Amino acid sequence: MKNLPLLFCGIFFALAFSFTGLILTSHIQIGSLTQTTETLEATDDLDENGMPVMVLAEGEPLYPAMPVGLAQQGKEVYISMGCIYCHSQQVRRNEFGADIERGWGPRQTVARDYILQERVLLGTMRTGPDLAHLGGRYAGDAGRDWNHLHLYNPQIVSKGSTMPPFAFLYDVRQITSKPSEEALTFPPNSEYAPEAGYEVVPTRRAKALVEYLLSLKINYSLPEAPILE
Amino acid sequence: MSADQKQGPYSSNSEAVRLELSQIDASIRSAALFFVIAAITWLLIGTVFALLVAVKAHQPNFASTFEFLTFGRVRSAHLNAMALGWASNIIFAVGLWIMARLCRAPINHKGILFIAGVFWNIGLTVGIFGILRGDITSVEWLEIPKYATPLLAISYALIGVWGVMAFRFRKGDHVYVSQWYILAALFWFPWLYVVAQVMIIWFPARGVVQSVTNWWFAHNVLGLWFTPMALATAYYLIPKVLGRPIYSYYLSVLGFWALAIFYNWAGIHHLIGGPIPVWLISAGIVASVMMVIPVVVVGINHHMSVVGLYKEVWRSPTLRFVVFGAISYTLVSLIGSAMALRTVSEITHFTHFTVGHAHHGVYAFFTMIMFGGVYYMMPRLLKREWPSSFLIKLHFWACALGITIMIVALQVGGWIQGLEMNNAEIPFLEVVQNTIPWLKARSVSGLFLTVGHIAFAANFFWMLFAAGAVRAKQGPTLLGSNEGGSAR
Repeated sequence: MKNLPLLFCGIFFALAFSFTGLILTSHIQIGSLTQTTETLEATDDLDENGMPVMVLAEGEPLYPAMPVGLAQQGKEVYISMGCIYCHSQQVRRNEFGADIERGWGPRQTVARDYILQERVLLGTMRTGPDLAHLGGRYAGDAGRDWNHLHLYNPQIVSKGSTMPPFAFLYDVRQITSKPSEEALTFPPNSEYAPEAGYEVVPTRRAKALVEYLLSLKINYSLPEAPILE
Repeated sequence: MSADQKQGPYSSNSEAVRLELSQIDASIRSAALFFVIAAITWLLIGTVFALLVAVKAHQPNFASTFEFLTFGRVRSAHLNAMALGWASNIIFAVGLWIMARLCRAPINHKGILFIAGVFWNIGLTVGIFGILRGDITSVEWLEIPKYATPLLAISYALIGVWGVMAFRFRKGDHVYVSQWYILAALFWFPWLYVVAQVMIIWFPARGVVQSVTNWWFAHNVLGLWFTPMALATAYYLIPKVLGRPIYSYYLSVLGFWALAIFYNWAGIHHLIGGPIPVWLISAGIVASVMMVIPVVVVGINHHMSVVGLYKEVWRSPTLRFVVFGAISYTLVSLIGSAMALRTVSEITHFTHFTVGHAHHGVYAFFTMIMFGGVYYMMPRLLKREWPSSFLIKLHFWACALGITIMIVALQVGGWIQGLEMNNAEIPFLEVVQNTIPWLKARSVSGLFLTVGHIAFAANFFWMLFAAGAVRAKQGPTLLGSNEGGSAR
């Protein structure tokens, strides 16, 4: 191989080919996705295939919803702790794996679910369970309490788990006048409970992280991925 | 046998050629030595991180009180220390050295190369500290925070340009297969890195375009950076040590172009079943399966080049490692093509099987070949021999056994994990607990690798500093019978 311009062109176009095919093309296809209503309405106009043109349903909320406040800060904590290395955030379609059967989500996730995320955390490991719908599985105050105990030490609510404790996100402090409302409520006789006169309270980071986890839920349909009853 | 083949890099008997190579070696000595020292230092640091991670995987309370030692961060510190510290530094040493030799072009202005190397390692050190203190990006293979990456990119450009310069000022008409691989990799890596940084970190692309870019990048670090460099090293060393040319020039051309065309599409198989358009995944699967062509072609070419000379392979420290790596390349790549099939991926995806596969590629293939490269290069750079053949054998056996145990444990354990995870009847916690014995076996394999790395580092620094006794030794250090005997 002595023809060097040819060698160099080959080297260049080999990578240019996949860069165009995979990156630029998906950028064109996915980059133009927008929020949408759960279902679309047909209009009287017909497109070039003779099918009715579909438009957003008037007055309906748009999905995926904008992420808000404390949950957004919690995502930063999720990122800085490297949670992604054991937890994915994607639900595979029915019949491919057991994601839906395990209750990890009511439907498969699709590209549109992620369009408002500044950093997409799909993940490629499931040393722990998928979290795309965690907030749907553990909701409200009960879900909040469960997640705090689980983060403080997973063994409290999930004995035998290999998840590391994140106790450094909590303060153990002496109860002064009256117990804090935010203090963790341990199960009776828990070996992880603080000694008498002490309480465990979440730091700001722990609170944000739990709000983020609770915000992860797939409770809406998309036209291309409806939740089937 | 064509004229091309005869001009290959194999044993140079003429005094004039030896003298010229010796001058080239002298021109790159200080820079290459720096890169090897840096690489081995990172190898040891990365090994400490690896042991921590391995134990944490089955003892979650181990060292868990310190935030900076939490699993996700140490694991990423390990990955970056190995990929950018060990692997890339050793590529800069061995790759540039082979390039200079094959181009018969001494390295000029080596001061700039040296300084760029220092800054590469400063950038990496800052990056690893950043990961541990919590500035990790949580983008796989791109964990280093954004305040350190521009320094890495600029240092890389200054290092990589030296390979291109050597190529530009080469003497002679012939371009050997190793030169294609090195030239291509030096060009591909910065392109991949800059695109991934821009589209994921600096100006995030919309939604899962980030994930597509992420796996296009991450898989290509292996496919278009580590793999070509290791193949170039194997193509250079096998004929050199055995004193006969590579079996077929045409197979090496076919192998190179097939890799160049197919490998860079393959990374999308990491997203099988994920929320991205199906046509993208299908393209990734097709490319992954097509990788069988370059892999088999290179495998045949390497095998036919060593056939009949197994005793020499076994006696040479260099080739013992290189051939282990070359065999691993064939195995890991064929397993990788199989893993890209949807039915297999359904089981192996998201499990420890993938972790085993990654170590099969980066360690059993790439790292073992690079160990071989260091065993060949150092005596020529230092004009000294390796002090201890015992330490070389210890290095080989500890690493060969260690990595084999790791791959088997993670892939068998991962397969079981995948089957159980796909059966919703089995509670998730039970799936987790069933992986623990396999993860413990992985920790044991880590101890083997640690022993190997310490033996390697000890031999290296002994050679570097205890010059007097070593220099007096006659002939190369060989393994097996008539050690220290006849020089080839």
